[in-house]
Amino acid sequence: MLEIAIKGSKNYWSWIIFLLLVMGAGFIVYVDQFLNGLMITGMSRDVSWGFYIANFTFLVGVAAGGVMVVIPYYLHNYEKFHRITILGEFLAVAALVMCLLFIIVDLGQPTRALNVLLYPSPKSMLFYDMLVLNGYLFLNIVIGWKVLEAERNQVEPPFWTKPLIYLSIPFAIGIHTVTAYLYCGLPGRGYWLTAILAPRFLASAFAAGPAFLIILCYLIRKFTKFDPGWEAMQTLAKIVCWAIIANLFFFLCEVFTVYYSNIPGHKAHLTYLLFGYHGYNALVPWMWTGLILMFTGAIFLVIPQLRNNKTLLPFTCAMIFFGAWIDKGLGMISGGFVPSPLHHVTEYAPTKPEIMITLAVYATGFLVLTILYKLATQVKEEVRG
Amino acid sequence: MMKKSRRSFLKVAGIAAIGLGASPAMNFASSDSDGTALAVKGKNEQALTAHRWGMVIDTNKITEEIAGKITEVCHKTHNVPDFKHDVDPEKFPKTRPVNHKQEIKWIWEEEFHYAFPEKEDEYLAEKFHDLPFLVTCNHCKNAPCVQACPTQATFKREDGIVIMDFHRCIGCRFCMAACPYGSRSFNFRDPRPFIAETHPDFPTRSKGVVEKCNLCAEQLAKGELPHCVQVSEGAIVVGDLEDPESDIRILLKEHYTIRRNQSLGTEPSVYYIV
Repeated sequence: MLEIAIKGSKNYWSWIIFLLLVMGAGFIVYVDQFLNGLMITGMSRDVSWGFYIANFTFLVGVAAGGVMVVIPYYLHNYEKFHRITILGEFLAVAALVMCLLFIIVDLGQPTRALNVLLYPSPKSMLFYDMLVLNGYLFLNIVIGWKVLEAERNQVEPPFWTKPLIYLSIPFAIGIHTVTAYLYCGLPGRGYWLTAILAPRFLASAFAAGPAFLIILCYLIRKFTKFDPGWEAMQTLAKIVCWAIIANLFFFLCEVFTVYYSNIPGHKAHLTYLLFGYHGYNALVPWMWTGLILMFTGAIFLVIPQLRNNKTLLPFTCAMIFFGAWIDKGLGMISGGFVPSPLHHVTEYAPTKPEIMITLAVYATGFLVLTILYKLATQVKEEVRG
Repeated sequence: MMKKSRRSFLKVAGIAAIGLGASPAMNFASSDSDGTALAVKGKNEQALTAHRWGMVIDTNKITEEIAGKITEVCHKTHNVPDFKHDVDPEKFPKTRPVNHKQEIKWIWEEEFHYAFPEKEDEYLAEKFHDLPFLVTCNHCKNAPCVQACPTQATFKREDGIVIMDFHRCIGCRFCMAACPYGSRSFNFRDPRPFIAETHPDFPTRSKGVVEKCNLCAEQLAKGELPHCVQVSEGAIVVGDLEDPESDIRILLKEHYTIRRNQSLGTEPSVYYIV
């Protein structure tokens, strides 16, 4: 099947070459980081995780969001999703590839990464995160590939793919729950120490993942002959709508608890993000941008006329996607570290090399996504034509 | 020919290494008749031991001067880099400028409201405003960093010391997020250009690993007190928290002490007499 990926139009190859160039540029910067250490980043003693882990957290959500097409199709036999299920699964694969790369580039000693396997530590949440992330990646590759191959050969997928598909559903919930547990089990970090963190992560994941899928459906319609189907996209939009509302609701629950209880250790972080703390307010405009994007997006999706508007929908989805990215990316990570447990304020902003490496990781993810989507759309065109 | 001589050299070297490694243990075993030799193999008889090491810092006795000496001796003997140190351009050419936010520290001074943010008080007794509070790793009984570490590079010894294997650490920095006392530092860069004089008794670290106070485990193993205790002029005492007769327990019996952020349940082993 892979031979499909090496036959493409001029546009296809220009896009691939562009991605390879970004990857190459980022790789050169990464060599510098590999040789000289994470000193090239904006991270510090007080803010010891930054842009890499922020993007990792967000992309785990995008990967988990894929399950929002798997559940309706496989559990409720929602036929409209037949055409896009594979898109959800392959999006999860690309997102997980990026997640794993973000972990690797964040390590101080990447050559020792396998120590996590050599010395398995069941008390550490990172151990479980490694298990579920790799498990979910493996499941999606196998399921996506086998189901697509069967479709190409016009036969039923092998019987054993069904149990794997059912297994992938708890895994999807699992990856984001465990990722939230990385944070919410730490004493002394008031912003993360909340039981609603995992539900909030899932809600924003089920908004950001399908929102991105809708945008991808638009791109597929534009660049290929395969039509994912407007009705499927509409259903996705409804899923995004309720998920983003749930996310905002959970956020407001958090705001209420923090401000009404008035406990300083918990309040300081939200105050820093929303209004600034002791004169430090680098993230305030970001946070409000994120919130406004998510709120506006939610309103645009609740009103049927706006949701059904074919021109507006991709923009609404982009707003929600970027809103969730700010909320769960930089806001979540920096918000947790500022102020520090000693109530010192050290602000964080990614450096240029850090951003370059991040872009290269995204380019790698998009390369995987492009190739997988090329396979999927071409097979579907072949079968139909 | 070349190959053969190399192989035989390795053979000899290997045998020599085994011999060197085994001889102290064997001497020890032969001097011990009750059969416990294996369990304590290689342990120095003079080593200072405890069931659970703890520390008491008498804040009344700590002056700026003493605090400065303590920080200095700790960082010097453990080869902790000082980013203010002028790098020797001949030995370390092309050293890039430092980011002081990425500094490394094992023990340092904080003001009261930073060391004890949960005890912040508008009407705090005046003397606390000027006192230097020394903060370091608390060697918590329930250490969140030990729990968080995905490779057991940070672990808890039987005697309560929370210690690190710098060679196993993958630099994920999960322990730094987990520590509620900000006691951990990460080597964002190679620390060696910033060590004025390398202390031969303790390893230097490479870039990309986390580090922190080890309660001078290397000193205790030699039967000597931690460096900070030695220069503290009586302000810092270490001892066995589980021994009711120990100096440290007597101090705890006689004085009102506080610990940092006790409400988290980490059970710090560092006590402050205030």
